[in-house]
Amino acid sequence: MTAQDNTETVRYDDDIVRKFVLATVLWGLVGMLVGVIIALQLAHWPLNFGIPWLTFGRLRPLHTNAVIFAFAGNTIFAGIYYSHQRLMKARMFSDLLSKIHFWGWQLIIVSAAITLPLGITVSKEYAELEWPIDIAITLIWVVFAINFFGTLVKRRERHIYVAVWFYMATIITVAMLHIVNSLALPVSPWKSYSVFAGVQDGLVQWWYGHNAVAFFLTTPFLGLMYYFMPKAAERPVYSYRLSIIHFWSLVFIYIWSGPHHLLYTSLPEWAQTVGVVFSVALIAPSWGGMINGLLTLRGAWDKLRTDPVLKFFVVGVTFYGMSTFEGPMMSIKAINGLTHFTDYVIGHVHGGALGWNGFLAFGMIYYLMPKLWGVPVYSKRLMMTHFWTATIGIVLYITSMWTAGITQGLMWRAFTEDGLLKYPEFIETVVRLIPFYWVRVLGGVLYLLGMILMVYNVVQTVKASKAQGVDLSDPSFQVRPLSADPEDYHHSPNPWHRKLEGRPVTFALFVFLAVIIGGPVTYIPLVAVRSNIPTIASVKPYTPLELEGRDIYVREGCYTCHSQMVRPFRDEVVRYGEYSKAGEFVYDRPFQFGSKRTGPDLHRVGGKYNNFWHYRHMLDPRSTTPDSIMPSYSWLYDDDLDTSLTKKKIKAFKTMGAPYSEEEVNEANALLDAQAKKVTDQLVEEGVQAPPGLQKKEIIALIAYLQRLGTDIKVAAK
Amino acid sequence: MDIVFVLLPFALLFAGVGAGAYIWAVKRGQFDDLETPPLRILSDDEESKS
Repeated sequence: MTAQDNTETVRYDDDIVRKFVLATVLWGLVGMLVGVIIALQLAHWPLNFGIPWLTFGRLRPLHTNAVIFAFAGNTIFAGIYYSHQRLMKARMFSDLLSKIHFWGWQLIIVSAAITLPLGITVSKEYAELEWPIDIAITLIWVVFAINFFGTLVKRRERHIYVAVWFYMATIITVAMLHIVNSLALPVSPWKSYSVFAGVQDGLVQWWYGHNAVAFFLTTPFLGLMYYFMPKAAERPVYSYRLSIIHFWSLVFIYIWSGPHHLLYTSLPEWAQTVGVVFSVALIAPSWGGMINGLLTLRGAWDKLRTDPVLKFFVVGVTFYGMSTFEGPMMSIKAINGLTHFTDYVIGHVHGGALGWNGFLAFGMIYYLMPKLWGVPVYSKRLMMTHFWTATIGIVLYITSMWTAGITQGLMWRAFTEDGLLKYPEFIETVVRLIPFYWVRVLGGVLYLLGMILMVYNVVQTVKASKAQGVDLSDPSFQVRPLSADPEDYHHSPNPWHRKLEGRPVTFALFVFLAVIIGGPVTYIPLVAVRSNIPTIASVKPYTPLELEGRDIYVREGCYTCHSQMVRPFRDEVVRYGEYSKAGEFVYDRPFQFGSKRTGPDLHRVGGKYNNFWHYRHMLDPRSTTPDSIMPSYSWLYDDDLDTSLTKKKIKAFKTMGAPYSEEEVNEANALLDAQAKKVTDQLVEEGVQAPPGLQKKEIIALIAYLQRLGTDIKVAAK
Repeated sequence: MDIVFVLLPFALLFAGVGAGAYIWAVKRGQFDDLETPPLRILSDDEESKS
């Protein structure tokens, strides 16, 4: 600091931004590649290869986690670390925390990439990771929060630019959502059960799930939009006032919209209605924000012809507008009844993910490359090719999925004049979609191709920077310290800001205290589950064998293609049976409602077929259902059921309120063996050439579970 | 549906934090000037070598 001109020198940490940018590009490639693989598996089932860790059910969570938390996550961090320092006119709070944040997050991604294909999952969508990784996520997130707010405290710019507000909302809300939704009781280092059960678990999950979209894929990206779009267009945002309104209205409306993922389910009607009302209201702030983003280009639209960065931004923001129009529409019950559980939802999601998140990320990275590596992007032509390839890819992807979704939705509910289901066999509605699945593959491949071009472009740019020996040391800037500002705000400068600035330890202590206070709050759910009393007397907890079978169902990711929720529609009741009641799920941890029916609903599958049918079906689905696109699960016939945790599992359920007797807990393994023998005997009776040791195999447990599904209320009817 | 007694406090807590932050921002004059901040960011990474 020089006394004469009252300025300080600040050096921004751009090295950490470079790291996050490269991680974004790497994980983007991986996540999208897995996406193309699972798209191929739906179009051509043999591509599951009969290998457990390559099946759709295990790779789909890997795809969603990779693109959301690895690709979008690193994008967010890169953008925030770059813009936050400049907006705050301060270096990040702590270089060490920045590094811990970076490497910690990458380690979490790697652990996800290992555990998910192994079938280690809690099956809650976009929160599948098991409890040790959940704890790691929490810790790293707190590190990020301290680093971020620490920088905010020591800022040299009084005004907090709107982008930073969006970042703050992201950090606080994601922490809350993640902690609440991940609450679980561990039974081993790699297995835990949700503290919530059934419908309650479903509501918590979609409260999380929807707000993950809101506060991980929307608010941070809006922050990036409000920073990088004006920078790229060299124009201030169209209306700063509107951006402020955009922020506050989003923050207050978004959090209430989760129940729209559970329309027509066993969730109480009033809760569904609350979700619908807030979801529809969301269109106002969302479109305000979209228009604000687009109009930022006022008077600069000509740049769009030549600037690939702006091309990505403008199309990205347009997709934001499209998704936030589609979302409220799909929250209207009549429309939801048609689109839910179909590929329409997949189309909607990818409009947002590929169009909004992807394009904003691409634009931002191409904008940052020259700033961070000191050389122009290697090839402008490749950027343009990337843009067009990806755009055509998205269009193919979403139009094929829209069409597939509406086609299937209409086929499900079609009745003949005689009042019979027009397509009584579910498989008829699946076969019809295969051509659309191939179009989707094509769209996905094009998008991936664009990503590969980007990787090449980035690598070449970095190489050029190295070859030219560009000085990559932290850039320095002259800024005026806050206290020296004569035009200070009408309030006197807050003294404790300045004090805390010099005391990182004190500050960290404050944060630690805040976290401690958060602890007791998390006990509330445990109290709440105590009163989780079954409303249907005949509904009983699962037997040890059924529970083990259910865990296999979870492990294999069956929920990624099968729902367990018969909605109260005429066609669903005719097709599947009695519609699902909330009281039937009270022992379901985690809930398995599912969100997509690539195959039929399974809630009433119990007793629908005999054991033999299931035995043949799981081994070769085409032997019972010609043209089925389900993979074969041959390893369930080779692998012995792991019963080492059975007793512990039953005990955990008892702890959380399931009415098992002491005897049932102690004799869990004996009970399991007895039931396994019964199922096996039945199989032999029905004509299965039982291979040696069949009774011990995993398939027996799975059959026991499937045969139990949805049967408890039938007992009551007798 | 006891779960709403869990989710509601969290949602309200969040709304409360939001409302508090909003009031803080208004009182601190964060929104008094809506003209210069959007312009200021345009020049924030022009390097000035010391």
